[in-house]
Order: sequence, then C-alpha cells, then structure tokens
Amino acid sequence: MKLRANLIIGGALFALAILVGVLAPWLAHTDPVLDANLLNAEEPPSWTWWFGTDDQGRDIYSRVVYGARVSLTVGIVSQLINSVIGVALGLSAGYWGGWWDDVVNALTNVMLAIPSLIFALAIMAVLGPGLTSLLIALGLTNWSFTCRIARASALSLRSQGYVQAATVLGYGDLRIMITQLLPNMLGPIVVIGTLGMGSAVLSEAALSFLGLGVRPPFPSWGSMLSDARDQITTAPWLSVFPGLAIFLTVLGLNLLGDGLRDILDPQSRSRRT
Amino acid sequence: MTGVPLIEVEDLRIDLDDGSRRVAAAEGISFRIDRGETFGLVGESGCGKSITALALIGLLRQPLSIGGGVIRFDGQEIQHLSAARQRDLRGNRIAMIFQEPMTALNPVSPVGRQIAEMFVLHKGKSWREANQLAVEALASVRVPAPERRVNDYPHQLSGGMRQRVMIAIALACGPDLLIADEPTTALDVTVQAEIIELMRNLCAERGTAILMISHDLGLVANVCRRVAVMYAGRIVEERGSADIFRAPSHPYTQGLVASLPRLGSRAALGRSRLKEIAGVVPAITSFPDGCRFNPRCTQATDICRTVAPTADFLEAGGLVRCHHHA
Ligand SMILES: Nc1ncnc2c1ncn2[C@@H]1O[C@H](COP(=O)(O)OP(=O)(O)O)[C@@H](O)[C@H]1O
Ligand code: SF4
Ligand SMILES: [Mg+2]
Repeated sequence: MKLRANLIIGGALFALAILVGVLAPWLAHTDPVLDANLLNAEEPPSWTWWFGTDDQGRDIYSRVVYGARVSLTVGIVSQLINSVIGVALGLSAGYWGGWWDDVVNALTNVMLAIPSLIFALAIMAVLGPGLTSLLIALGLTNWSFTCRIARASALSLRSQGYVQAATVLGYGDLRIMITQLLPNMLGPIVVIGTLGMGSAVLSEAALSFLGLGVRPPFPSWGSMLSDARDQITTAPWLSVFPGLAIFLTVLGLNLLGDGLRDILDPQSRSRRT
Repeated sequence: MTGVPLIEVEDLRIDLDDGSRRVAAAEGISFRIDRGETFGLVGESGCGKSITALALIGLLRQPLSIGGGVIRFDGQEIQHLSAARQRDLRGNRIAMIFQEPMTALNPVSPVGRQIAEMFVLHKGKSWREANQLAVEALASVRVPAPERRVNDYPHQLSGGMRQRVMIAIALACGPDLLIADEPTTALDVTVQAEIIELMRNLCAERGTAILMISHDLGLVANVCRRVAVMYAGRIVEERGSADIFRAPSHPYTQGLVASLPRLGSRAALGRSRLKEIAGVVPAITSFPDGCRFNPRCTQATDICRTVAPTADFLEAGGLVRCHHHA
C-alpha cells in the first residue's frame, strides 16, 4: 500500500513530541523551574540560550521541552477518558436501542449544544486549577463525536451475520459488544480519538492561558503563552516557541488523524479512488 | 429409541404483530426429534422454517413472538425460560449453523479464537486450554494443518473452509441438537456434498441429533430419517424420508418431488423441463381460507377453499394434512 504523506508527517511530528516529553530530563539544558537567574533575564535566542530566556532568566528551550509533558499527558489521558465514555455510551445505545438509546441521544445532544470549552471551564471553576482537574474537565466534555460514531457503527453492525451468529451461540450482550462490535468499529474511533487529542492539546493551552491549567511555576505551553502576554513586543521569543510547539503538535495530530482515516475508513478511501 | 424425546414441539404458534393486529405466521406446529436422530424440515422459501428454528432457540424478536404451544427439550419446557437460561442452552446444548458462511464469522478475529471462545463461554475453560481444544476442533472438521489455521482470519479461508469452521464452532461444546438452516445453499455444489457428509458423520459419531432445514427435499431426504414438509406456516406432511420420496401423499409434497432432478432419469426424460409448482407462497397477512395450498393445488375442490384440513395420522406413522390425500 502506498503510504501517505499526511500519515508520515503527522506520525513523525506526534512521535517527536512524545519523544521530547519522555526524554525531557536529558534534552533540557537547565531545570525548567529552579534555574532562574536574574542576571540572564530576557536574553534573546543565541547559541547558549537556544530559545532565549524569560524575565526571571529561565531557559525557554528547557521549559518548552518540559511543557511537552503536560500538553501530551492532558491530550492523551483526557482523550482516552472521552473515548471510553463515548464508546461505552454509543455502543450500548446503538446495540440495545429503546429507552437507553433515547437517554444517550438526549445526553449527546446536550453535550453538542454546549461548546465543550465552556463546559470544561465550568468544571474547572468547581474543581479548581491543576493537572487532575484539567484531565477530568477535558475528559468529560468531548465524547459526543465518539459516541455518535460508536452508536452509528453499532446500529449497522448489529444486523451483521457474525453478530447474529454470536447470539445464536449463546454469547451474552456484553460479550457481543466487546468481541463482535467493538473490534469492528475501532478504525473510525481511533481516527476521532487522534483528532480529539489535538483539540485537547489546544484546550489545555486555552485553559492554562486563562490561568486555570497547571499551576505555575511548572511549565505548560499554555501557561508560558499566558506569561508572555505582556512582553509580546519586547521579547517575542517568549510566545513564539511555545506557540510553535502547540502548532506543530496539533498539526501533527490532525495530519495523523487524516492519514489514519484514509487507511482505516473504507468509505473515505473509496471516495478518493 | 424409547423414553423422553430430545425435543418435542406441541401445537406451536408463532405470532406476527403487524402493528394493529396479531396474525399467525405459523401454527399447529408439532414434531419430535429423538436423541441422535436426523429430522428434516422442508418447504419453499417463506414457508416459516427459519422462524420455527428461531422459536426453538428462543430468538424470535419483535414483531415475531411465540403465541402458544409447548417446546420441551430433554423433558423440560423451555419456551418460557428466562433469557439467561435460554442463553445457557444456546451454543452449548442446542447449536445452529446458518446458510451464510461468508458473513457468520467475525472478520477481525482469528478463527481459532472464535472456536476457543465457545469453550471459555460454555465450559469455563481457561484461554490456554480453550486454544488447545480449538486446534483439536479444527482438526475434527478435517481442516488441514489446524495448528497453523487457527491463526487465520476468515477472509483467508474459502467458503467451504469457513463452513467447516462454523461446524467446528457449533459442535465445539458437544451439543445434543444441531440445527442446520440451509447450511450449504451459498456453497458450490461439489463443496455442498462434502460439508453435508462431514456434518452427518460428526453428528453420528457423537450422537448429536440434527434438525436440517432446507428448500431442497432431495438434500434433506438424503440426510434425514424423517422429514416434515412445511407450507405457509403449517406442517402439511410428515413421514419417513424413503416413504415421502417414493409415495408423497400431500399434493404440495408431490409437487416438490416432481420438481426434483433425478439422477439417471434425466436421460430418460430427455431435455424436458422439471415440473415447477405454479404460483408462489402467500404472504402471512394474505393466507387463503381453507387449505392454504388451494390456490396452487391441482386437486383442489370446493371444501378446500373453505375448510382447513386437519392432520390425518397414518397407520405407518407420520401425518398428512389434506382433504383428498393419496
Ligand atoms: N422479522 C420478521 N418480520 C416480519 N416478517 C417476518 C420476519 N421474519 C420472517 N418473516 C416472515 O415469516 C415468514 C416465514 O419466514 P422464514 O421462516 O424466514 O421462511 P423460510 O425460512 O421458510 O424461508 C415469511 O413470510 C417472512 O416474510
Ligand atoms: S386440502 Fe385440497 S387444496 Fe389442500 S392440498 Fe389437499 S387437495 Fe389440495
Ligand atoms: Mg429460511
């Protein structure tokens, strides 16, 4: 099969981001929090300070490298929570139908009607700032697309011969959902999940920008942008590098999602050929 | 064989709820199958064979439901068992294979796993043991190199091989009854004979009874000791297969026999066309009054159009449902 450019570039960018996050202690030049030194404050990018320094003299390169940890943790974990919720609700609703389907549909419609970032903001307001709150807030508010897809897939899969055969062989409902339905809808779920990770990275940045994310001084790309607001003209490197990191990660995830859709979703494949 | 029959159906009625009223999609269905016996259910498409089979395994779903009668399995009434108890029977003591081997296997799961799942589900085996048993099950349906084949996905197998896998799955738990609903209709003629032979031999070895469902009287009569012929939701004739073949009593059965191609007789008949029964099976909502076969029957008289014939039990065993049967 011909490998597609978006799959390769997207996968490479995402892999790079993960690698940077995992290897942060070895890649970073200084400690992102402790190594403040006012003597080095607001240095522009140079051979010593690759991405420059901030007003407390902390190395931006090191902070961006460590910031990858927060962004990716939030992106991956919150999307996993969303996927599990969306699949559990959508799959069971599509397979069982009836009143449960009505309940899930109503819930999904409510979720779709409220912008998920607003919803997340409300949850953060209750839980207070911090990484755990961030994971919960973003993990509970972005499952409606996954739910829709899972429900539609379950609806079309449940009349398949192998699902009927499993019923005849004495499989219980749960076993049918897990062994017969879930593996056959995994493609689109993975695609939606990848795209959802990208939007979770953006949401983390937005919430941190608003001061609701990871508590300073520990760096996240969003909080770095927030800190850099006042110096955007005097020290633009403070915003450019974390912004670039967000941009490349989200771009990578979107390209990866598109690439996966091309190979996993037969409908979009046949549309293209 | 004496004693309790394996399965005994008495006056079973299947209702079709079309929103405003209930109509009987099948009624007065009675038959029994002894342990290890082979029993056939024959009739054109739409006569109610599949829904009868689904009723036996408790899988009629809206708009169809059991409207009356008794189904006894191994002496116990099963028509009102809880969903969980019925599920315990299915796949374990009553197994079923379908006509569509192409779609009856999960495309994303290796076939060995699908066989092994039966042992895990019904026999409480660990996956380790179950996987081992799956290899043996695959070997028993004569799939070559079973220890390699267990890792194959359904799309890597031919239609005949897939149907063998289906038989392995169905027989995995050593069921007492195997229901085969048009098991070879979707297969090549040459493969058909192999699959039927395999199924018959395996069931004979293990003492598994077979309920074989088909539109093909020749196929069923060849496999089964006794045959029931179904028309428009009723059993119209039930007898030993040899008898039914030699001297069919009911005009519908006579029509089925006459439409069969016979080996050897083709040359004698020259190129003359097989005699099809004129007309089609009526829809459930428009069953005719009296004998349901009367619009298509060449022997119909006035009484046939008003009075439904009752079952005549024959001295030699079996029954016929016709006012004027031979
Ligand atoms: N789910 C259903 N809803 C409505 N009618 C059905 C349903 N399933 C079967 N029927 C009707 O019941 C009759 C018997 O069907 P079936 O048992 O499948 O026939 P056979 O297996 O003998 O070909 C047919 O007239 C068919 O249209
Ligand atoms: S009862 Fe009458 S219509 Fe029905 S099969 Fe017999 S002869 Fe034909
Ligand atoms: Mg059928």
